[in-house]
Amino acid sequence: MNETGDMTEAVTGMPERPFAHRLLADMLRIRRMEEKCAELYGAQKIRGFLHLYIGEEACATGAMHALDAGDNVVATYREHGHALLRGVPMDAIMAEMFGKAAGCSRGRGGSMHLFDAARRFYGGNAIVGGGLPLAVGLALADRMQGIRRVTACFFGEGAVAEGAFHEGMNLAALWRLPVLFLCENNLYAMGTALDRSESQTELCVKAASYKVPTLKVDGMDVRAVHEATCRAAQQVREEGGPFFVEFRTFRFRAHSMFDPELYRDKAEVEEWKKRGPIHSFSAQLKAAGELSEDGFLDLDAAAEAEVAAAVAFAEAAAWEPVEDLLRDVTTPGGRS
Amino acid sequence: MRVSYREAMRQALHDALVSDPRVFLMGEDVGRYGGTYAVSKGFYDEFGPERIRDTPLSELGFVGAGIGAALGGMRPIVEVMTVNFSLLALDQIVNSAALLRHMSGGQVSVPLVIRMATGAGRQLAAQHSHSLENWYAHIPGIRVLAPATIADARGMLAPALADPDPVVIFEHAQLYNTEDELRDEPNEDWRCDIERAAIRRPGSRLTVITYGGSLPKALEAADELARDGIDVEVLDLRVLRPLDTETIAESVSRTHRAVIVDEGWRSGSLAAEVMARIVERCFYDLDAPPVRVCSEEVPIPYAKHMEDAALPQAAKIVAAVREVLNV
Ligand SMILES: Cc1ncc(C[n+]2csc(CCOP(=O)(O)OP(=O)(O)O)c2C)c(N)n1
Ligand SMILES: [Mg+2]
Repeated sequence: MNETGDMTEAVTGMPERPFAHRLLADMLRIRRMEEKCAELYGAQKIRGFLHLYIGEEACATGAMHALDAGDNVVATYREHGHALLRGVPMDAIMAEMFGKAAGCSRGRGGSMHLFDAARRFYGGNAIVGGGLPLAVGLALADRMQGIRRVTACFFGEGAVAEGAFHEGMNLAALWRLPVLFLCENNLYAMGTALDRSESQTELCVKAASYKVPTLKVDGMDVRAVHEATCRAAQQVREEGGPFFVEFRTFRFRAHSMFDPELYRDKAEVEEWKKRGPIHSFSAQLKAAGELSEDGFLDLDAAAEAEVAAAVAFAEAAAWEPVEDLLRDVTTPGGRS
Repeated sequence: MRVSYREAMRQALHDALVSDPRVFLMGEDVGRYGGTYAVSKGFYDEFGPERIRDTPLSELGFVGAGIGAALGGMRPIVEVMTVNFSLLALDQIVNSAALLRHMSGGQVSVPLVIRMATGAGRQLAAQHSHSLENWYAHIPGIRVLAPATIADARGMLAPALADPDPVVIFEHAQLYNTEDELRDEPNEDWRCDIERAAIRRPGSRLTVITYGGSLPKALEAADELARDGIDVEVLDLRVLRPLDTETIAESVSRTHRAVIVDEGWRSGSLAAEVMARIVERCFYDLDAPPVRVCSEEVPIPYAKHMEDAALPQAAKIVAAVREVLNV
């Protein structure tokens, strides 16, 4: 590990079998759900912008399992997997993408705006960097009310260029707030590669300049992500101040369904696919004698079944009546 | 020659880049990616990374840099992906670009063009669908344009660049794929005025006043009404600041009735401003109170049926016209 906490080379021990299987199962659940989403987009069941997380599943999976149920989570528009692992039922996620009233945001938000207040999932935010100041404020509220919890804030590396990143980072450090900044560095912001947008491409150095402790980790390795996030979360819990973790990852698909991917070589994508988080982890488990091919197929079949049920649920769900158009602009019942 | 709005805009940008070395295009994904709406596709290879300048996600930073470059003698065209994201740059636009001329006692000008997409209709939900043209139209010191036709998409950029002061151009996202005939004589001067509103369809019984993405809906409504023998005029504002009150007043005092269509929310809308001017100028010529068709007072929802219900639609315009005419 170097001074900004480089854990990219760290090799960790294999977790207990049930937990290892849980990690794999969750990555599969995200993958199968999103593959179905892409298909449903083609069938025009899902509309608007759809940003797939395919290739990056190890990040949300490893990180979410390092959080407590009482923690806050703030995410971006590429948040289907985060919502799912936070415990938002796949039915409600799928219904949201269909625009149905049974969706987790009543069909008002769609793919980019999944919310679940009861699970402290404060949304998919589609303004790049928009979530960081919000996370700082959630943590501030906890601090002021004497509540001990971590606020985890996911964002892409593109957000690092926004003022909101720098202002949020500084506030969190200055006020020593318990924010866990989780940067999913997939090397591209739409078509703009990191080294075409940042003079300093070592993101940990930026966070460190605000005196925020950092860790950098291989985001294709679910165990490494989990271990790093556990360490970071523990430090936040114990010491109260913020922490910055960078996951080095890659999206295998286009930025959104509108992106013809003119800006990168197929070869680069293929190279990263070799390090796909699902097959590399299952290969490791198999090599360690912790997973059989049948075991893998069982987990996969369970994921497929969950997806099929979610799609059926979303299909059958009702549309919100148009008469309700003006609801939820302000809070009924007035001031508290 | 039939061209799309996207292509017309592309040609206008191309002309500007070819004809003036001071012109450059700057914004998120304008280069390698080819432009969010593919307007600048191919430019990166043709003009290079200096003049087709990809920026990081730093709206405040690069819009501010555009202002500085304009002060420094360049003619920047800054593209902001959508009006929602322009809010991150609002400080630079409102507190710098619009004010520098005045605050310096007339010593400096900011010849900057800012282009941005606006509007709803593609199920992109609340953070990608709003129409905030009226916010900009509120500010003295900037000119605000809303090209709604292919000819305006082709012709408004050159005069905007020639304007010594900041110009904000709103391109409604639903217009990019619209098509129309464009004259294609060689050496054609595409330049159009950026002063006046335009009558897009002459009519006698009522004036429908609109702009941007609502123009095709207003024309569709007018067609439908015409089939029932109701002849309405359609006026396209084109220039949202300064508003062309003369053309509005001339039309309304002739037709004696007005329906104003605006994708912005009714409260504090551009439609409200137009209505106020009609009342100020044409009160005694009016045969009925003017009526507005605006977006409902709700953030734009994702679900299709809800989004449709939130926005002005041809059917709502037809109903409003019938209400005013009592037919
Ligand atoms: C303020 C703002 N500017 C621009 C956009 C358009 N946009 C959406 S996603 C995106 C790329 C963001 O990249 P990154 O933060 O790396 O996240 P990733 O998509 O790679 O997960 C851009 C430019 C936006 N949503 N918000
Ligand atoms: Mg990225």
